[in-house]
Amino acid sequence: MNTMTKVEHTEHHGPAAGISRWFYTTNHKDIGTLYLWFSFAMFLTGGCMALMIRAELFQPGLQLIQPDFFNQMTTMHGLIMVFGAVMPAFVGLANWMLPMMVGAPDMALPRMNNWSFWILPFAFAMMLSTLFMDGGAPNFGWTFYAPLSTTYAPPSVTYFIFAVHMMGISSIMGAINIIATILNMRAPGMTMMKLPLFVWTWLITAFLLIAVMPVLAGVVTMMLMDIHFGTSFFNAAGGGDPVLFQHVFWFFGHPEVYIMILPAFGIVSEIIPTFARKRLFGYSSMVYATSSIAFLSFIVWAHHMFTVGLPLMGELFFMYATMLIAVPTGVKVFNWVATMFRGSMTFETPMLFAVAFVVLFTIGGFSGLMLAIAPADFQYHDTYFVVAHFHYVLVPGAVFAIMAGVYYWLPKWTGHYYPETMGKVHFWCSFVGVNLTFFPMHFIGLAGMPRRIPDYALQFADFNMVASIGAFIFGFSQLIFLVLIIKTIRGGSPATPEVWDEPEGLEWTIPSPAPYHTFTTPPEVK
Amino acid sequence: MKPINSTQQKNRSIVRTLLFSCVLMFGFGFALVPLYDVFCRITGLNGKVTNTGPVAPAGSDKNRIVRVQMIAVNNESMPWAFRALSPVVKVYPGESKHAAYLAHNPTTQRMVAQAIPSVSPSEAAQYLHKVNCFCFDRQPLNSLETKEMPLVFVIDPKLPDHISTVTLSYTLFDITTTQIAKNNTSSNSSQPNSTGRHTL
Repeated sequence: MNTMTKVEHTEHHGPAAGISRWFYTTNHKDIGTLYLWFSFAMFLTGGCMALMIRAELFQPGLQLIQPDFFNQMTTMHGLIMVFGAVMPAFVGLANWMLPMMVGAPDMALPRMNNWSFWILPFAFAMMLSTLFMDGGAPNFGWTFYAPLSTTYAPPSVTYFIFAVHMMGISSIMGAINIIATILNMRAPGMTMMKLPLFVWTWLITAFLLIAVMPVLAGVVTMMLMDIHFGTSFFNAAGGGDPVLFQHVFWFFGHPEVYIMILPAFGIVSEIIPTFARKRLFGYSSMVYATSSIAFLSFIVWAHHMFTVGLPLMGELFFMYATMLIAVPTGVKVFNWVATMFRGSMTFETPMLFAVAFVVLFTIGGFSGLMLAIAPADFQYHDTYFVVAHFHYVLVPGAVFAIMAGVYYWLPKWTGHYYPETMGKVHFWCSFVGVNLTFFPMHFIGLAGMPRRIPDYALQFADFNMVASIGAFIFGFSQLIFLVLIIKTIRGGSPATPEVWDEPEGLEWTIPSPAPYHTFTTPPEVK
Repeated sequence: MKPINSTQQKNRSIVRTLLFSCVLMFGFGFALVPLYDVFCRITGLNGKVTNTGPVAPAGSDKNRIVRVQMIAVNNESMPWAFRALSPVVKVYPGESKHAAYLAHNPTTQRMVAQAIPSVSPSEAAQYLHKVNCFCFDRQPLNSLETKEMPLVFVIDPKLPDHISTVTLSYTLFDITTTQIAKNNTSSNSSQPNSTGRHTL
């Protein structure tokens, strides 16, 4: 890939003093930091909701919360984790790392960058305020199927719709910025096929965002019109069709799940070579695999809807197209394993998270393949098996990759090494917690426990108790992460510019901590 | 160092292209609505077919009998009594058949209903031609009024041989409130057919 050049020491001026620095900043590193802290705050908020769900499900019967509030918790947990935690975390990492990785002084559109971040707190303030409204927060699930989200929705649904609009605007602006940065701001000599994989995966993700976030905006706008302006997009009485909602939603929703995993692929592809001390196996096949996954994501949406009454040909088409995704994904997993094969591996915390990602994401991928089998899906649909599947790809998938990335680049950001033992404790607690939480869900799902219910039959009690205990272990071990990050920001043994053992990438040629302004003169990439 | 201006120009053109694609995709989201309708009509999926036009009097095929099951469904809180006059009718393909549904409004208010048809199996949908149907119009009923709602249909003789039973289902929706709202806002839209979306 890219080979390094001279170390740079340009520090024109530092950040502005005081709190206004964070409001007015156009610096990609500041905005990256803002995104990451925001996403962590949302991660803890959504996590508290998850713990409320798990506490209620600790044993059968209704103990702590009422069914309607339970539904609000599942809905808000999903929305906050998807739009508030995972997506902003990736955008934060992109802000921090992309300019440094391509040798640019900043993002292409710094002012828009500031704006796209500062929309988010308002969007989520609006979303969370619905919890305190008459009629309660949205309670129709994060997929907000009509007519649950139109005819039967609580009045707060309008706030939800505008919050989604604002998040969409923020994501689109972020995506435009990322594409412009990658296409226009690369250092001389940094050709497309020399780009680090994190940059590549983000480029493809950004195109996915541009393609589908407007469709999401469209579908919530249709809801808004159905609710307030008497149209009948999803209302059968007026000639509309509720199934249409599901088609439009999943046309957005399926690419969306790749938006949440492709940057994770990129992060893991950066980390594994560093700690295996080998070059990444099959760089160009990684790029092509990512592109094909992105393409396929547009033609598989109806596999979320096998049970709505698709015609046989539809079921078959979406079943085979979905299974096809296993091929490029398999290529990626193969490449990661091949990179590790006969490498001189060491297991620092980022590597632990990355290896756990490869193993656990693959488990989630396999359960996805099981769900892709249309006849089997009739049995699995809307059970805990689905919950187990998508939590395996999102928590030890996307979230572990984000954490791996944070550990990997934290010394570059703060100039200090994080406390390694504490990092490993955090990893093992998270690893045990995640598997305790989500693995039993496979069993209760196959046994027929439906998702999104506050109470369940007695035979599911033991596994649910295990899952709840695991959830609390996982949840509280994130406080270790919080303490570790604060400790690392405050001090620790100073990090070298390279940080790790001969890592590849332009970001390791600049001092640690990364100066406020980097690559004001573009580096020469050989 | 690259000249700043050229980078800025390039950025601007990328932003323009991408914003334009966003607008396009936003439009595409809405375009999915008619596309979905057209797709369902062509393929007959969802039982969504409107063959309302005149049928060529091809003569009926007396060698074959198709059972047509008539189903009546009340949507959610619709209080009307609603049923088919005869739940099953036997039809020769090509024969124009009269059938009827009975509706009774047991409430003390005048109400307006809209019936939405659906044909099952969906493969048969495109062979069921409705010559006349109460579902083409809104159906108002005064308090305690009972009405026989007529239906004339023809089963196309081209109906595939393996289909011997066709189910025709009508779901009755209460549209009283939306009708009042519509009449208050605009007098033009009082005809549901004007939008083309009611005539399923």
